Amino acid sequence: MHDVSAHAAQHHAPPQGFIRKHVFSLDHKVIGKQYYGLALLAVFVGMVLSWIMRLHLGWTNLAIPGLHLLSKNGAPGDIMTPEYYLQLMTMHGTIMVFFVLTTAPFAAFGNFFLPIQVGAEDMPFPRFNMMSFWVTFVAFLVLISSFFAGDGPTLGGWTQYAPLNAVGSVAGPGQGLGVVLWAASIAIFCVGQLLGSLNFITTTLDLRVKGMSLMRLPLTAWAWFITSCMGLTAFAVLMPACILVILDHVAGTSFFVPSNLVINDQLQPHSGGSTLLWQHLFWFFGHPEVYIAIVPGMGMVSHILITNMRRPLLSHRVIIGCMAAIAVLSYMVYGHHMFVSGMNPFSSLAFSFPTLVITIPATIIVLIWIGSLYGSKLRINTASLFALGFISMFVSGGVSGFFLAQPSIDIMLHATYFVVGHFHMVMAVAAIFGIFAGTHFWFPKMTGRMMNETLGKVHFWLSFVGTYCIFMPFHYLGIAANVRRYQAFVDDYLQPLIPVHKFITVAAIVTGVAQFIFLYNLIHSRFWGKPAPDNPWEATSLEWSTPTPPPFDNFGGKHPVVYHDPYQYGVTSSTGDYVMQASPEQVVSEHDEK
Amino acid sequence: MAKFFALTIIVIAIASAIPILRQTWPAPEDISVHGHLIDEQMSETMAEAGISFLAAQFILAIFVWKFSNRPKDARIGKFPGGAKGLVIAAFLLVGTEVLALGVFGTRAWASVYFTPPAADSMPIQVQAGQFAFYFRYPGVDGRFGPLHPTLINEANENFFGLDQTNDQDSKDDVVTAQMAIPVNREIHLLMHAKDVGHSFYVPELRVQQDFVPGLDLSIHFTATKIGKYEIVCTQLCGLGHYNMKAYLYVYSQADFDDWLKKQAALQ
Repeated sequence: MHDVSAHAAQHHAPPQGFIRKHVFSLDHKVIGKQYYGLALLAVFVGMVLSWIMRLHLGWTNLAIPGLHLLSKNGAPGDIMTPEYYLQLMTMHGTIMVFFVLTTAPFAAFGNFFLPIQVGAEDMPFPRFNMMSFWVTFVAFLVLISSFFAGDGPTLGGWTQYAPLNAVGSVAGPGQGLGVVLWAASIAIFCVGQLLGSLNFITTTLDLRVKGMSLMRLPLTAWAWFITSCMGLTAFAVLMPACILVILDHVAGTSFFVPSNLVINDQLQPHSGGSTLLWQHLFWFFGHPEVYIAIVPGMGMVSHILITNMRRPLLSHRVIIGCMAAIAVLSYMVYGHHMFVSGMNPFSSLAFSFPTLVITIPATIIVLIWIGSLYGSKLRINTASLFALGFISMFVSGGVSGFFLAQPSIDIMLHATYFVVGHFHMVMAVAAIFGIFAGTHFWFPKMTGRMMNETLGKVHFWLSFVGTYCIFMPFHYLGIAANVRRYQAFVDDYLQPLIPVHKFITVAAIVTGVAQFIFLYNLIHSRFWGKPAPDNPWEATSLEWSTPTPPPFDNFGGKHPVVYHDPYQYGVTSSTGDYVMQASPEQVVSEHDEK
Repeated sequence: MAKFFALTIIVIAIASAIPILRQTWPAPEDISVHGHLIDEQMSETMAEAGISFLAAQFILAIFVWKFSNRPKDARIGKFPGGAKGLVIAAFLLVGTEVLALGVFGTRAWASVYFTPPAADSMPIQVQAGQFAFYFRYPGVDGRFGPLHPTLINEANENFFGLDQTNDQDSKDDVVTAQMAIPVNREIHLLMHAKDVGHSFYVPELRVQQDFVPGLDLSIHFTATKIGKYEIVCTQLCGLGHYNMKAYLYVYSQADFDDWLKKQAALQ
């Protein structure tokens, strides 16, 4: 090990006092845990909102005890109004996409482990890093405040299409102050993610220790690096778009509102704007966002599977190349959300082709995972079960992408539950399985204690079967032309489908209740779990070379030197069938990639 | 535990495929001239996606079953063909698949969007507003009168903002709350949004198109079966979105002519 240079930019003194240690901390590990805590809070809020929505969809006039406490006007007599359903739906989508699927796999785990995996003592800009979390936290508070401000949150969906998002409260409850708070929250969130992305990119490129070449980075580090490159571009487009929406509300501009709109018999005081402009700006962010949510999961699943298979993947480079290809292609496919939007129909074909092509790198990643299982010595534990569940879910959600990539089929399936099933499986559930896998795998390093395996496995089985019961039937509903974003199914042709919705509601509640097993396991293990050794999974990457939990500067005032590729498993060494990256011991690997 | 996982995903994969194979919840019946192209594309995609789905889940299950919890001294096996074989297979199989879907899918898309409406197609204007569709037929002169947004008045049932006193072309325009069309006659639907974004979706017609405020669009289609169908809005437009619908009546030509006459008398 080498001594740490005292004037390194990221060097900072050990934190003193509760506030600097646990609240306004500069330590990337504390910031990672703060992001995790925020995501945990957000996911339970989002899940409870989904329960309320699902109960309403199954039994429209059902009184949900206590609902009026959330909103007197939104749920008089505890029965939800049509507009309040849409308001909760919008908040569910926004909270889940931004504050769970972006923060947990990327910002939480990435913050905690990226610097350690490259051998650094912190991120290069610790104050920016601290700011990135607190800005994100403020964004969350601003979004939640819309529950209690004016006539409630916006009802326009997490996509906030124009001009509904820009004409003001005349268009419905929440479309005035609610939209402004939504757009302000997302703009603030973007600032946090831009600061985070800058730190991630710089950490990966500039803070690698001696011997840590780019190809020796673990796949998690690569995934976070690629994700931060996507984040830097995507959030930089969404933020100004949100500012323009706010200007349309407060400054009398008309970026997204054309002339001659009449609402409630009143000609609207706007002219010259473009409604499709919003869709272009939003989806230019929105589709890379799908990969911002899932690519960290790909990295984590690879990392966890390799450790538990006791072998490297068939190809390290191919996985990196495919993740990078997905990132590049993600900017060329966004128009598939807009096939029937009124955009030039020739553009639809131009967006369809790269959308179909993006399935090639995604397929290669899945084939490499499955092919690497062949001949492995797979250890089954909660982390590996969730990683395998991720693959199954990613395949199931991925194949439905074949349908939605084609404009002609999209004529039938657009805006139906098929889309809801597709993105929940491929982006939401798969990403959340990645988070669960990462939690069970890294919990010992993060807290110094082991999680309970029995509770973990019970949680896995209920979540795995439960999520299939919820989201697979969504596809059947979509094929039967069941339109999404309806608070009740009053159309004649939708009524026979209501029993399917009831089944989904029951499955959603059972699966949701199962998540409290995870919460209990997390809290109980944090305080009373079995003490964890430094390297409980016999893993190779640098996070397992540090004490458990790691000291504030990660490696105790030293920088490790890296001697090996990240995944030297299936070898004969003094430690067993693996050799750690920081170990100078020379071994011969059968798996060196040619 | 590994074997239980393997069995579970096999059961889930088979159970997921059964409703598709048995068509438990089928797509609404196709009543359009172009719809069969979309349905064929859907069937081809379902076959290819279904095979990919089942194959991936089954192989995952088999490998987890076979290669988990092996003895410590077991040797790590090599996957036949290695990564190179898998990359080539993915490029060949998925590449061919997406190329085929992309190329053949263009036919269906082109039939809707790249062919102009026939010269004798029947123009109907549809206006979408929170939370109702209104339809306008041009009357005997075959011409629509201009729209005056400032004249829109729901209470007076001037939904489109027509000036029927001064505009000659508007005088015989027929405005209705439901849509009727003759069977086997091409319809040229002119789409106008009054306030925010909406969509025109008739699953049986295999037609879905957004209304874009500030941009009037048009689509064309031909219904082939007499009956009553639902037109629903699929673009979130506000609190009454779920209830924004109208009926589409497909009549014989004679019945349609009678209906239009009655509607004209009611104006």
